[in-house]
Amino acid sequence: MSRAPGDLTPTAGQTVGPFFHYALPYPGDSELVPPGRADAVRLHGVVRDGAGDPVPDALLEIWQADPSGAIAQEPGSLRRDGFTFTGWGRAATDATGHYSFSTVTPGATGPGQAPFVAVTVFARGLLNRLFTRAYLPGDLDGDTLLASVAEDRRHTLVAVADEQGYRFDIRLQGEGETVFLRHPRH
Amino acid sequence: MVTQAEMDGEIAAIGAAYESAVSAGGAEETQPRLDYPPYRSSLLRHPTKDLHHADPEGVELWAPAFGHRDVGTLEADLTIQHGGEPIGERTVVTGRVLDGDGRPVRRQLVEIWQANAGGRYIHKRDQHPAAIDPNFTGVGRCLTDDDGTYRFTTIKPGPYPWKNHRNAWRPAHIHFSMFGTEFTQRMVTQMYFPGDPLFALDPIYQSIVDPRARERLVATYDHDITQHEWATGYRWDIVLTGAHRTLMEPEEEHA
Ligand SMILES: [Fe+2]
Repeated sequence: MSRAPGDLTPTAGQTVGPFFHYALPYPGDSELVPPGRADAVRLHGVVRDGAGDPVPDALLEIWQADPSGAIAQEPGSLRRDGFTFTGWGRAATDATGHYSFSTVTPGATGPGQAPFVAVTVFARGLLNRLFTRAYLPGDLDGDTLLASVAEDRRHTLVAVADEQGYRFDIRLQGEGETVFLRHPRH
Repeated sequence: MVTQAEMDGEIAAIGAAYESAVSAGGAEETQPRLDYPPYRSSLLRHPTKDLHHADPEGVELWAPAFGHRDVGTLEADLTIQHGGEPIGERTVVTGRVLDGDGRPVRRQLVEIWQANAGGRYIHKRDQHPAAIDPNFTGVGRCLTDDDGTYRFTTIKPGPYPWKNHRNAWRPAHIHFSMFGTEFTQRMVTQMYFPGDPLFALDPIYQSIVDPRARERLVATYDHDITQHEWATGYRWDIVLTGAHRTLMEPEEEHA
């Protein structure tokens, strides 16, 4: 028997592999809001490996609050209507390791909480998904998680403002390695 | 390129070191190692620093919602996406998605993708010279029901070769993607079929160094799911990692 009755040990993850491109990406996946809308911002970056080379077969997912800090519970991420903000999106990296989302700037979800975009990373060669956070640039002094991270690594969790929005690069390994997260009960 | 025998030696050495660590009181590892050198593509793609402890906050305590607007009911049948019947063994794969407390994950998205009966993906990077089946794409989606049950009708995938080492073959598998009730429960994995002779040889399967944790990825043949003169049946239940938000809710809300 593959799982004994009553066994509630979490199922193990496995790599997303090299062949997800025809299955997981879909039209509009990375457009939480239509690009070009007045409040649309770009969240983009490059995923790199331990040698500093771009990773052309990674997949990122983001999940975030709307600008007021509200957390959407609306369906429609897979068939976007252009008007409903679902808070969730998916983007594969291209041949240069680059990913890009069209979204809005998230607001704080509670008093004293710095706004961030929750990010999941999948890739060929990555045996289990990784979680991280992309904080918005600004005053982050009061944030509990950032305060718990060594100062020289804190910047890996903070997006950089650019002309269209925010840049958030991900380094899977090596110099400037992104801080990836582990949650209790996992 | 190393031979399968050399690969077997690498896998066995890591497995033996794990077994002796566990018998010396070390922790059971229920997830794959991120740093698992026998899977060559992982060498430069695993973090070297420990994962950093984070208490989930804000959006991390919630998951995106999906509904019938997102997923049509026919998307759960991978055998009816084209004009004719696909080649291979028609099979039903079903089971429940539960959270770490045993609660069903209701009305949530499950996505699958897989090779066809000959071990070939509809993917431009798949160079395996096995036939493409014009009647099989190998992509499906469904929503779990109120009991957390998902159900797909598909074709049993074939094993396929890859370039990790000389004569490397993946055991037959279906890729699964699941969401929970919280973002931190997100997972992607692979479901395997019982008794596959390639299990011992496969560094991706063996990257889960604990034998019991590996076996949880193997479906069970279930003759009650098998359908008369139509399809064989397999059962595979999935348990996501523990939830956090529900712990903070009053008991009556999820009684
Ligand atoms: Fe595969």
